[in-house]
Amino acid sequence: MKQKFIERFKESLQLEDRDIHMDDEFREYEEWDSLAYLSLIAMLDEDYDMRLEEADFQELRTVGQVYDAATGT
Amino acid sequence: MAYLDFKGAGITALAAAVPRTVIDNYRYTGHFPAADVQEIVNKIGVYERRFADDATTSSDLCLAAAEKLLADNRVDREEIDLLIFISQTPDYRMPATSVLLQHRLGLPPSTLAFDINLGCSAFLYGMVVAYSLMLASGLRKGLVLDGETRSKVYSPRDRTTAFLFGDAGAAALVERDAKFGASHFSLHSDGSRGDLIRIDAGGYRRPSSAETVRERVVDEYGNIRSEEQGYMHGADVFTFVNREVPRDIRALLARTGRDLDRLDYIVLHQANSFINGHVARKLGLDPEKVPSTIGKYGNTSSVSLPLTIVSELAGRMEGRRELLLGAFGVGMTWGSAIVPFVDCRISAMVEV
Repeated sequence: MKQKFIERFKESLQLEDRDIHMDDEFREYEEWDSLAYLSLIAMLDEDYDMRLEEADFQELRTVGQVYDAATGT
Repeated sequence: MAYLDFKGAGITALAAAVPRTVIDNYRYTGHFPAADVQEIVNKIGVYERRFADDATTSSDLCLAAAEKLLADNRVDREEIDLLIFISQTPDYRMPATSVLLQHRLGLPPSTLAFDINLGCSAFLYGMVVAYSLMLASGLRKGLVLDGETRSKVYSPRDRTTAFLFGDAGAAALVERDAKFGASHFSLHSDGSRGDLIRIDAGGYRRPSSAETVRERVVDEYGNIRSEEQGYMHGADVFTFVNREVPRDIRALLARTGRDLDRLDYIVLHQANSFINGHVARKLGLDPEKVPSTIGKYGNTSSVSLPLTIVSELAGRMEGRRELLLGAFGVGMTWGSAIVPFVDCRISAMVEV
């Protein structure tokens, strides 16, 4: 489940060629911008039925925190 | 629950007008690097849009569409008893633009005319108001005019909105006729999200001043706009639409016992192809049944529903067609409708 999440996370940010880890702060990725954010929230809605407002999403710092929020863990 | 059902009223003719000036979005690079522009344009799917010149207003576009509609259908102007003008880019703050259009169209002073001030969802509201009045009274014919010049609302130096919006006007003739059968509408408003899309200044909460017209950097991306230009929190709009619009459409289908497969076309407000594609996938819509004008006209706010029907469904509306309409935007307001069209006469697109 974690692996699937990481694959989808990479796809939505177009990070296919890169290793990412659960403790990465994704806003540090050079690919991170407002368009990447849109792709990510589209993926979270589609795959995880998760719809966070931007103010709440700002609280999430790492890939793992997004995963936890998406999977309710 | 604002569910509304009508029997025996419908749109018998439609026309639309766009400015002749085409903006090629890939080349709209005056304020941003070409690579950034390309990435944004690919994401939103708006390749071209139309910009009205300084002298042309929403009402001018509507006037052109209405003249075409009246001429093509040989409508006697004396029989127009109702004129509704829908816009958030009116000619003046007063008087209401609808009243000026009554005169400019040569309609008699016996015409009932007023404006509706709503954004992207407004064509559905205009239909509901027009159907209600037509069915509740002896009015003979109604005109719903819907025009926007959103190109004049947003800053070209704010990348969150600079590439999305275009200008257009549309005219719909509404008549009573038993042939239409039933129409169904579902309409909503949520003013708690009034800050998602807004122009802060220029109304009476924050009147115009030297300060409000001053352009300034508004965020860490270096976007520039004044308080008199619109802003949009795109991500939260996207999240809002994803939650509310599919739910509303599914509820309307359930309430009316309709099956998506049995509807002829599904016409959604043309926000941008990122949002629209996502909503269409969530609802499992057949792309063949979902006409789109996002690529060539961009987001024209409330005009996008009639504009898309005129542009994409001309020649495909003979006989009885049942359409699902869905629209959403500033307010926030949103709604959906299942509406029969019977031999709807669609005029050729007008360029102004």
